[in-house]
Amino acid sequence: MRQTNCDAPGDGRDTPLVLVEKVRGAMRIAATCPQAAALGLSPGMALADARAQVPLLTVTDHDPAADLTWLERLADLCDRFTPLVAIEPPDALALDITGCAHLFGGEAPLLADVAHFMARWSDDVRLSCGDTPEAAQALARFAPAGTSFESEDATLRRLPVAALRIDEETQTALIRAGLKTIGDLAMRPSAPLAARFGADLVDNLDRLLGTADSRITPRRAAPALRFERRFAEPIGRTEAAMAAIGELAQEAAIVLEQRGMGGRRFIARFFRSDGRTYDLATESSLPMRDPDILMRLLSERLAALADPIDPGFGFDMIRLAVPRIEPLTPAQLQLEGGCVADEAMAELVDRLSTRLGRGAIRRFEPRNSHVPEQAALTLPAVDLPAPAAWDAPQSGEPPTRPIHLFDPPQPIEVIAEVPDGPPHRFRWRRTQHHVVRFEGPERIAAQWWKHAPGKSPKGGGGLTRDYYRVEDARGRRFWIFRHGLYETEKPDPRWYVHGLFA
Amino acid sequence: MSRPDSLESLKNRIAGIERLRAVETAALAQTGHAGIDDALGGGLARGRVHEVFAAEAGDAGCAAGFVAGLALRLGVGLGMGSGGTLVWLREAQAERQGGRLHAPGLVEIGLDPARVIIGIMPDPLAVLRAAADVVRCAEVGVAVIELWRDPRLLDLTASRRLALAAETSGVTVIGLRIAATPSPSAAQTRWQVSAAPSLPMEANAPGYPAWKVELLRQRGRPSGSDWRVEWNREQACFADADCGLNAGESAAIAAASSGAVLPFSAGRPVDAANELRRAG
Repeated sequence: MRQTNCDAPGDGRDTPLVLVEKVRGAMRIAATCPQAAALGLSPGMALADARAQVPLLTVTDHDPAADLTWLERLADLCDRFTPLVAIEPPDALALDITGCAHLFGGEAPLLADVAHFMARWSDDVRLSCGDTPEAAQALARFAPAGTSFESEDATLRRLPVAALRIDEETQTALIRAGLKTIGDLAMRPSAPLAARFGADLVDNLDRLLGTADSRITPRRAAPALRFERRFAEPIGRTEAAMAAIGELAQEAAIVLEQRGMGGRRFIARFFRSDGRTYDLATESSLPMRDPDILMRLLSERLAALADPIDPGFGFDMIRLAVPRIEPLTPAQLQLEGGCVADEAMAELVDRLSTRLGRGAIRRFEPRNSHVPEQAALTLPAVDLPAPAAWDAPQSGEPPTRPIHLFDPPQPIEVIAEVPDGPPHRFRWRRTQHHVVRFEGPERIAAQWWKHAPGKSPKGGGGLTRDYYRVEDARGRRFWIFRHGLYETEKPDPRWYVHGLFA
Repeated sequence: MSRPDSLESLKNRIAGIERLRAVETAALAQTGHAGIDDALGGGLARGRVHEVFAAEAGDAGCAAGFVAGLALRLGVGLGMGSGGTLVWLREAQAERQGGRLHAPGLVEIGLDPARVIIGIMPDPLAVLRAAADVVRCAEVGVAVIELWRDPRLLDLTASRRLALAAETSGVTVIGLRIAATPSPSAAQTRWQVSAAPSLPMEANAPGYPAWKVELLRQRGRPSGSDWRVEWNREQACFADADCGLNAGESAAIAAASSGAVLPFSAGRPVDAANELRRAG
């Protein structure tokens, strides 16, 4: 387990720097630079007091959101060391390097590598390795600089009790009881400690010393498969990087074929040598492993990027991750060519979805609802490879549902002979329509079971709709409805046009 | 070489470059309407571009219905294999303005929504780019390209490109143009569709979908006739709508369209009344 601890980046000026935030109407210090800390300024102090102590003070607004964004970017960078990276707000990253250290020649070379890498981004980075995330974090935050990591347990035992991440009150109580270091606590039996200071203290202690199991929660789940390539020299052209991705795709195809699996989602990640990362992600509606098709999809994605990939000083590493895999048996070709056709359609859908976004290509999905606008959904075709079955219409009847549906329905002005009768004429989009033929009403009640009991049905969502199929003098057919029953639900119900018939 | 000979060889070369279509005849899909099939010389050609125009935005729904009917006649939803899928490309703006395609409505026409893939694109350029991909995929049966108004991108070159791709792959392309004016294109046929009064059902209820369809142009054959057409869902075919009108309406329509006056025949309401009497 390794721990990186980065403070907000300073701008390298000579004057002490503090970040301030408004707490209950007063400007208070949220964070200080080491220089300011040495002058006796500490977080929580009022800005006015700090100014009185140190007149030459650089003051900047505290921006936690920007800090978090910065931390996210650093976490992206650390993705090159291990896939399991977690953010510990406000100022720490935890990397699970289990099984990764040997790739860098051991823990110490890995740590040196990270230190070298991080030096470019922040001049105040504290790193440490620990058996558990809590131990690593405690060492990074509380161990004096220059501690050797061979005697991890001994170092941990010398740390103050504050390293346990407990509240101030408990800390004070522990210190008053003479328990100043972790070692003091560890020697005590745990039952009285738990009885006096709470079970949390004992749990934290166990996790710190590695007697209880503890893990980090990585930002992303580790992909099912990943393939990466490091370059001795950064490569400066995106085409060359894509070619390398192509080789990885072939490796992936071999592994997937051995397992009898196919990928549903692929992410190609480009690590630029200065630490920026770019992602190209693509999805497919059927599991696939054909490297040619995959490369075509990724090139589509590359071409569709609004912000093109900038190689800058070159990429020093690329990775192809397959986060979602599903069983894919070798396709059996059908004599009539059915299977091939389905695959060709799936490929077309994938290609268009990759270029235009997954929501652009859609399929209809029936929903069991009597409310017209909820009777059918359109879902991304990538998610719905198998078409659903639809009920056949009633035979011998003209269409009772429109081919175009307005969502939301469009308000119209209607003149009817009687308020609860069929429409006589209506005005829609600044045009008068005289109703020549009509059929109705088809009464569609609201979903009363979705409304809170005791609430009056006069509320907006609970109105009954009376639908009419009408045809105007020119032969256009509309689906219009009265929103609310006259007098019983609403004194003056409004009318809407909800759809157009063929 | 004599002059007629060189002229002939030149003509042959040009024909070779143009890939003269007289040689390869397209498969035809009957519409079911005798008049239209006659005018088309048997039916609608597969693997070609057909354009359907609606002059006004208010006719968007009825034009969509006509296109859905054409797609059915072209074999969408018949069999699970190749050619059974309809890809309908629209602009996001059309989706907002003209209403979104409603699957139960497609079912009512007779089209199986499971065989329909909709593409919703941000602008006409994206629609045309996606169309190029769709038309090249031979497994698509019918591609509907719905464009509103007259996008400048859809010029002769663009439509020619689509037509060539359609001929190669065999995908039938229907260009649905809402609120657009017909302009030169590489389409095989060009239609103007507007709503027509339907034949009333019992109690003067609106009947089956009906359109006034005008064949504006077709390649290599005469054009310019118009029909009143009704959609028959049970048989999934177009039918003549004139025969069922009562005398007054028929005369009014004849006066309006200055077409041939058709003989009076009994309207559907009378039939329905008879049946009711028999049932009772």
